[in-house]
Amino acid sequence: MSAELAEPASKIELPAHIGGGGEIPTFDVHLRVRRYNPEVSEDATWDDFHVTMYGTDRVLDALHKVKWEIDGSVSFRRSCAHGVCGSDAMRINGRNRLACKTLLKDLDTSKPITVEPIKGLPVEKDLIVDMEPFFQSFREVMPFLINKGHEPTKERLQSAEDRERFDDTTKCILCAACTSSCPVFWTDGQYFGPAAIVNAHRFIFDSRDDAGDMRLEILNDKEGVWRCRTTFNCSEACPRGIQVTQAIAEVKQAILSRKI
Amino acid sequence: MPTKPAGTLYRGREGMWSWVGHRITGVVIFFFLLVHVLDTSLVRVSPEAYTAVIGAYKNPLMALGETGLVAAIVFHAFNGLRIIAVDFWKKGAKYQRQMLWTVLALWVVVMVGFSIRHLSLALGGH
Repeated sequence: MSAELAEPASKIELPAHIGGGGEIPTFDVHLRVRRYNPEVSEDATWDDFHVTMYGTDRVLDALHKVKWEIDGSVSFRRSCAHGVCGSDAMRINGRNRLACKTLLKDLDTSKPITVEPIKGLPVEKDLIVDMEPFFQSFREVMPFLINKGHEPTKERLQSAEDRERFDDTTKCILCAACTSSCPVFWTDGQYFGPAAIVNAHRFIFDSRDDAGDMRLEILNDKEGVWRCRTTFNCSEACPRGIQVTQAIAEVKQAILSRKI
Repeated sequence: MPTKPAGTLYRGREGMWSWVGHRITGVVIFFFLLVHVLDTSLVRVSPEAYTAVIGAYKNPLMALGETGLVAAIVFHAFNGLRIIAVDFWKKGAKYQRQMLWTVLALWVVVMVGFSIRHLSLALGGH
């Protein structure tokens, strides 16, 4: 006896033109990846890969396909792969983007798509950079709540208006897309950079925090907010849509007026 | 660290390129001021030497150079006001792009007017 397991007929008659899951359009993508391996050569080179991708795929999917099916030595960071962890910031077609949030169909696939590591931080291998200088600046602005009052027995209350004041800068995922898009940071690694200022802003304008003055003093440095040349690269690069230059301008004004 | 610089130029938008323009015009104006201080200080050497040097500027090539210099100064001045607004006006960062288009529009208007007046005087030969 042969058990024939035929798929049951669909209860809904779908006309052919609507199409099913297998009919997502595919297209060929020419990926040009910046490669660097200090164990092999001191010079960075370009590697070209041709992959067939679907219309729903992102640059990260193309990199996965390359790594899993063509060249396993291609190195990049990624963790959640859904725009939350901030691991896969890279320079795609000359602009800082998260590879996991950049759809291939939004790019010009008739030309090679260039993928490079973010600028201004030391490259370790291929698309992986040393994030330590970035996190060093982040730590220096004391990105944590400092409250001098007594520990409350319940939660620290805050009005909706007070919360709204720093809402934009709470969205930061520390991907470094902003800091590594900043022309000032490229040439002056001592500059705090947009991300550190954004995270300082988040606490400076928090009504529950008492160390705003201290943070303003830290950022009133030669390498602090005054290094900002308002090129707006950071605001444009932020994958969370934070108005970074606006936040930096607010910190500048708070330093001048000493009013938070 | 790779010894060669990274592959491509960063593709910034209006904000970045206006900054690049501001930097370049700033350097151009600096070099003009350097020469300007030198030639003006010739008055203290002798008025004749000053007149001779200033007279040497009266040729078509310098007239074009002067147009370029005014173009740089006018951009630097208007864009400087825009940068001040970005820093000090609450909505400056929000409207930076519109302000840049305003800067460029004003620049075109001023430069058209100036070029007609200046070049007709300098090249007209009267």
